[in-house]
Amino acid sequence: MSEVIVITSGKGGVGKTTTTANVGTGLAKMGYSVVLIDTDIGLRNLDVVMGLENRIVYNLVDVVEGNCRIKQALIKDKKYPNLFLLPSAQTRDKTSVSPEQMKKLTDELREEFDYIILDCPAGIEQGFKNAIAGADRAIIVTTPEVSAIRDADRIIGLLEANEISKMELVINRIRMDMVKRGDMMSREDVVDILAIDLLGIVPDDENIVIATNQGEPLVGTDCQAGKAFMNICKRINGENVPFVEFETDGFFTRLMKAFRG
Amino acid sequence: MGFFDNFFRKKSSGDVAKDRLKLLLVSDRSSCSPELMEQIKNDIIQVISKYMEIDAEGLDIQITQTETDDTGRKVPALYANIPIRDLKK
Repeated sequence: MSEVIVITSGKGGVGKTTTTANVGTGLAKMGYSVVLIDTDIGLRNLDVVMGLENRIVYNLVDVVEGNCRIKQALIKDKKYPNLFLLPSAQTRDKTSVSPEQMKKLTDELREEFDYIILDCPAGIEQGFKNAIAGADRAIIVTTPEVSAIRDADRIIGLLEANEISKMELVINRIRMDMVKRGDMMSREDVVDILAIDLLGIVPDDENIVIATNQGEPLVGTDCQAGKAFMNICKRINGENVPFVEFETDGFFTRLMKAFRG
Repeated sequence: MGFFDNFFRKKSSGDVAKDRLKLLLVSDRSSCSPELMEQIKNDIIQVISKYMEIDAEGLDIQITQTETDDTGRKVPALYANIPIRDLKK
């Protein structure tokens, strides 16, 4: 049974592409065959986050327009032979593809892959409509900020209107020190406001920046964000993983850090 | 971050954000534009003013959530707080 998952947020810059890269890589690590599709036509980025930007020959628009076969456009991951990327076109715009074409494409990919994961562009226009057209399930990424949550709520409404009922939330870039001080909305606050199931919380972790610099998703590595993304993958797969509170640095750790410089 | 800081502190910014969002989302979800709310407000002032003198400046209307009696499901409700200056006109 294969599943088409769209990763969306409404607002830009909250971590859709990072989440797509890490969730896809994590599921591949677990042994599933996975294809990632970058649906942000004109502003492609998933290729650089995955570190595959130098291997692109054909893209999504080429496939849809029939300039090549799907297999020719799929780029195999550097590390996992069961993980593929279908990159977006950089020199075209969102109207190059229609929701019907996207649905047809995802249906064809269902025959080959366990998970088809779509990285949705920001906004609620054509690009969003394309990305959700063939999806069974949606992961909504937000940060604990007023603007991101407002947009997430709008997206939830639109997904409901499009009859995608399986929706789950990822709260990204949470800072436990600020939550403890009362200066950031907590996980409970965000879930209470948006009223959908929680799939995962990812702490604000500088390792994400480092991993993106290197073009290697950090899922499964021994850092807070790496563990958080692995837990998300397990929950997607139906495992019941409890939510753990992330540690904030205690007095001693902070002291050590101050000495280390 | 002493005892007094916490004691005299106003509401934390996280709570402020949550309260603002809750109100904002109710009006977002009901797709009621600020212009429409203004029109409703003006009409209410006109109607009530026929019967009593009200404080139009202090009038506050908003769309909030309320639970229905039977199912406990939350539905939007129009809430209006209209200060009365004089009952007789």
